Amino acid sequence: MLRRVFPHPLLSLTLVATWLLLVNQITVNSLVFAVLLGIFIPMLTRPYWPEMPRLSRPLMVVEYVFVVLYDIVKANIDVALIVLFKRRADLQPAWISVPLDIRTPEAITALAATITLTPGTVSCDLSENGHAILVHALHAPDPAAVRDDIKARYERRLKEIFA
Amino acid sequence: MTDNLPLWGEIAVTVFLVAGGIFGLVGSYGLIKLPDPMTRLHAPTKATTLGIGGVLIASMIYIFATEGRVSMHELLITIFLLLTSPITALFIAKVHLHMRERPDTLPKPEDSEGWASFEADGPARGVRDVMPVEPGSPDKTR
Repeated sequence: MLRRVFPHPLLSLTLVATWLLLVNQITVNSLVFAVLLGIFIPMLTRPYWPEMPRLSRPLMVVEYVFVVLYDIVKANIDVALIVLFKRRADLQPAWISVPLDIRTPEAITALAATITLTPGTVSCDLSENGHAILVHALHAPDPAAVRDDIKARYERRLKEIFA
Repeated sequence: MTDNLPLWGEIAVTVFLVAGGIFGLVGSYGLIKLPDPMTRLHAPTKATTLGIGGVLIASMIYIFATEGRVSMHELLITIFLLLTSPITALFIAKVHLHMRERPDTLPKPEDSEGWASFEADGPARGVRDVMPVEPGSPDKTR
């Protein structure tokens, strides 16, 4: 029964929190509306998201967020330097195929978004059976190093989170 | 700036505004300077993350210093931005794959037939028929 009303408890909580932040004040009115949103949106979108992902190590999520935020700042500076000071002829863009060990759709989505957010790399496509992800790198003299970096830094952590 | 903004607030807001502005500018400059669609995709989708981030942090500091409360709207904007910008980038990349690349211009995926974009295409590649472009050729629009 409870599972029917709340197919995705975390999504419901997120929606309530998002709405309250959006109106920027906590009144009975906004709370009631937030709870209604938290109940109905997960119900309506349930057909598109039938299974619930299991987070085996929720605390790792916090570590992951900070690792990614740090990388965004660091890599933003790298890309800015490449844009400003690298001559066009010296630029070595590359397509990289990264084999995946993770299989759950949620984990792969998180990895793809992370790859795109950390500057210098954009995730472009999945292989037809979902066992590899196609990445474009802005400047990669050593594509293998980029691939190993993605696997060691992000995929290893996501594997633990979504194990 | 208003009069009731303390000096530390003024300095902090200025630092973040200038930093954000610089990153935004570099991102837009990259759009002009980089040679082809895929590399151009890198500059505006990402260098601007930090650009907008800087402006939003400045906004939070300003409201905290003048009104003494923590404004949450900026955090929401950041979260929405981080959620949506990879999707935009993915769409642009997908269009590029369909129009400018062929399976043999890309690395082969491990233990798989090919990349999903091309496998789903079937024999007829509609877009390419309309706009024939040599795979991997530099952008002609500049």
